Amino acid sequence: MFNRDRWREIFETISKNKLRTFLSGFTVALGIFIFIILFGLGNGLKNTFQEFFLDDAGNAIFLYPGKTSKPYKGYKANRRIEFKNEDLKDIEENFSFFLEYLSPRIDRSASTSYKNESNSYSTRAISPGHQYVEKTILMKGRYINQSDINEKKKTAVIGRLVAKDLFKTESPIGKYINIGSTAFKVVGVFQDDGGDREERNIYIPFTTRQLIEKGNDKLNQIVMTYRKELGHAGAMAFETALKKYFKEKKSIDPTDPNGIYIANPADDLKQSQQFAIVLQYIVSFVGLGTLIAGIIGISNIMVFVVKERTKELGIRKALGATPKSVIQMILQESVFITTISGYVGLFFGVIVLENIGLKLEDYFIKNPYIDLGTSIAATITLIVFGGIAGYIPAKRASSIKPIVALRDE
Amino acid sequence: MKKGLSLRPNNKVSMIQIKNLHKSYKMGASSLHVLKGINFNIEEGELVAIMGSSGSGKSTLLNILGMLDIADEGDYILDNVPIKNLNETKAAKYRNKFLGFVFQSFNLINYKSALENVSLPLYYQGVKRKERQESALDYLDRVGLKDWATHLPSELSGGQKQRVAIARAMASKPKVLLADEPTGALDTTTSYEVMDLIQKINEEGKTILVVTHEPDIAQMCKRIVKLKDGVIIEDKKVKQVLASSYV
Ligand SMILES: Nc1ncnc2c1ncn2[C@@H]1O[C@H](COP(=O)(O)OP(=O)(O)OP(=O)(O)O)[C@@H](O)[C@H]1O
Ligand SMILES: [Mg+2]
Repeated sequence: MFNRDRWREIFETISKNKLRTFLSGFTVALGIFIFIILFGLGNGLKNTFQEFFLDDAGNAIFLYPGKTSKPYKGYKANRRIEFKNEDLKDIEENFSFFLEYLSPRIDRSASTSYKNESNSYSTRAISPGHQYVEKTILMKGRYINQSDINEKKKTAVIGRLVAKDLFKTESPIGKYINIGSTAFKVVGVFQDDGGDREERNIYIPFTTRQLIEKGNDKLNQIVMTYRKELGHAGAMAFETALKKYFKEKKSIDPTDPNGIYIANPADDLKQSQQFAIVLQYIVSFVGLGTLIAGIIGISNIMVFVVKERTKELGIRKALGATPKSVIQMILQESVFITTISGYVGLFFGVIVLENIGLKLEDYFIKNPYIDLGTSIAATITLIVFGGIAGYIPAKRASSIKPIVALRDE
Repeated sequence: MKKGLSLRPNNKVSMIQIKNLHKSYKMGASSLHVLKGINFNIEEGELVAIMGSSGSGKSTLLNILGMLDIADEGDYILDNVPIKNLNETKAAKYRNKFLGFVFQSFNLINYKSALENVSLPLYYQGVKRKERQESALDYLDRVGLKDWATHLPSELSGGQKQRVAIARAMASKPKVLLADEPTGALDTTTSYEVMDLIQKINEEGKTILVVTHEPDIAQMCKRIVKLKDGVIIEDKKVKQVLASSYV
C-alpha cells in the first residue's frame, strides 16, 4: 500500500489516461454531490416541518371556554362559560403533579402608537409562565415578571415586527407606547418562530388588562405546559382530569361536548413526530438510492476500464505481473480515484448546500444541512463499494490467460 | 585425458529440454490435437527457427515454452528447472526471471513511452526506479533508439516498435528470448534490420527461438525446426546467413 514505486506507477497510469480517470472520478463525485444535496434538502424540509408544528412548546395544553349545548343542574343550554382568576389557582393547587407552567390569556386588539407611528396590534395579557408555553425568545430587555403582575404595572413586551414598525432603528426599551388610551413602558422585545403574526403581538400583564377593564377578573383562555417526563399517556390523563374538574366546577353536563375545549398537542405531537420519522425515511431512502446509483455507476465504469485494459494487463502479465499485482494495481487505482473524487464531491456538495441554504426558505426548506458523520459515512460507503465493484472485474481480468488477452483481434 | 576439459566434457549447457509434449484444444464437444508429441533439446546460445505452415502449432509450442500456456502432457525443463505444476503466479515469476517475449504485433503499452515500456519488466523484478531507467536507456541505446526514449509507440515506425519490444525483452536479462513472427508485420528491409539485431544478441550468447514463415528469415538462424500437423518433420543445423550482408 505504501510502496512508493507502485504509487508512482499508478499516478503515471492515472495521469496518462485522463479521460478514463475523469469518467470514473466524475461519477463518484457526482454521486456524492447529489447525495449531499438531496440529503441536505431533505433535512431542510424536516426542519421546516418541525418548526411549523412545534412553534409552541410541544407539551402545551390550551383551555378554551365555549357555550354549553345541553341543559344541566337547572342551567339552560347555550350558556357562555367564563374563566376567572380563581380558576388559575385551582389548577395550580389541584394539578401540581402534572403542571409545569401556567398562564392566562386575555386577547384584545388596539391601536398602538409611538410618536407619529401608529398601527393596530393584538395585545395579549398574560403572566410570566406564558413565555415558556409560547416558546417566546427574548431579543432585548426582559419578559413580564411577577412584580408586573402583582403591582399591575403598565409594562409591555413587544414583538420584533412591532418594534420595527413603530421604532424603526430606535431602541424601544424604556420608551412609552400608547395602547388604546393607556401609556405602557416597553421593557422587552421578542421574536417567535411561529412567524410574522406572532411577532406582531404585544404582551402585557393580565392584571393590568383587568384593571383597565374596570377591575374585573375574567380570563379568555388558560394555557399551560405539562411536565414532559409524563409523556403522551401523562398528557392524556392530565387532559381528562382537567376536563372532568372544570365540567364539574362550571356545572356542565359531563356528556356535553361543548362548554369547554381542550387543545392538547400531545396527540398532534405524536402524529407530527411520526410524520417526521416518515420524512426521515424518505430522505434516507433517496440518499440510499443515490448511493446505489453511484455504486452501479462505478461498477459499470470499472467493467469498462478493465475491458479496455485487457490487452495491457496481458502484456504486463507476460512481462511478469502476478495476478495479485494486477488486482492490487486496479484496486489501488480505483480506490485512489474514488477517494479523491468522493472528497471533491463532498466538498462541493457542502459548499452548495451552505450557499442555497438561505434562499430556499420560501420553498419550505429551512436550514438544509448534512452532518459530517453522514457525509463521511456516505463517502466511505462509496469508496468501499467502489473497491468491491472494482475487485470483481479486476479479479476476472487477472485470471485471463495472457495469451488470450494478447491474441490479435 | 586432456587437461582442463575433464570437468566440462561437453562444453554445452542444455537450456531447453522437451519430451513428448502434447497439447489439444477443446472445441465444444470435439477436441483439436495440435501438438502430438514434440521432443527436442536446445542448448545455450542457439538461434533456432521454428517453421511450418499456418496452423501447424508453432505459436502453440512457443506459448508453452513461454509459460503463457500449459501442455497437456510431457516434460519441459528450462535451464535445469523442471517446469510443472504451474499456477498463474508461479508462471508470472518464471516468465519474469527466465523469458523475454517479442510478438508480431509488438504489444507495447500505448500510453507508456519507449523508455517506460522497456523498464516495465524491471519494475516487476522489483528494481529501483533510477536503476530501472538507467538500464532501460542502456538497452534502448543498444537497439539504436536512445533518442526515441521519450516517444510514445504511436510515434514510432513498425521497425522501431519491434526494436523497442526487443529492448524490453532483453531488459530483464532473460535466459531465453522467444519471438513469434517478429518480422511478420515488417517490410523486407526492416525485417533484416530486426534480424541483424537478433543475431547480434545471439552472438552475445543469448538463446533465441524465432517462429517464422519466411525461409530467408529462417536462413538467418543457426538451426531450423520444421513442424507439420503437430510433429517435427525436420530438424537441421544450417549455415547462417548474416542479416548485415543485406543491410
Ligand atoms: N486457444 C485456442 N483455442 C482453440 N484452438 C486454438 C487455440 N489456439 C490455437 N488453436 C488452433 O490450434 C492450431 C494451431 O495454432 P497455432 O496458433 O499454434 O498455429 P501456427 O502454427 O502459429 O499458425 P500461424 O502460422 O497461422 O500463426 C490452429 O488450428 C488453431 O486454430
Ligand atoms: Mg502463429
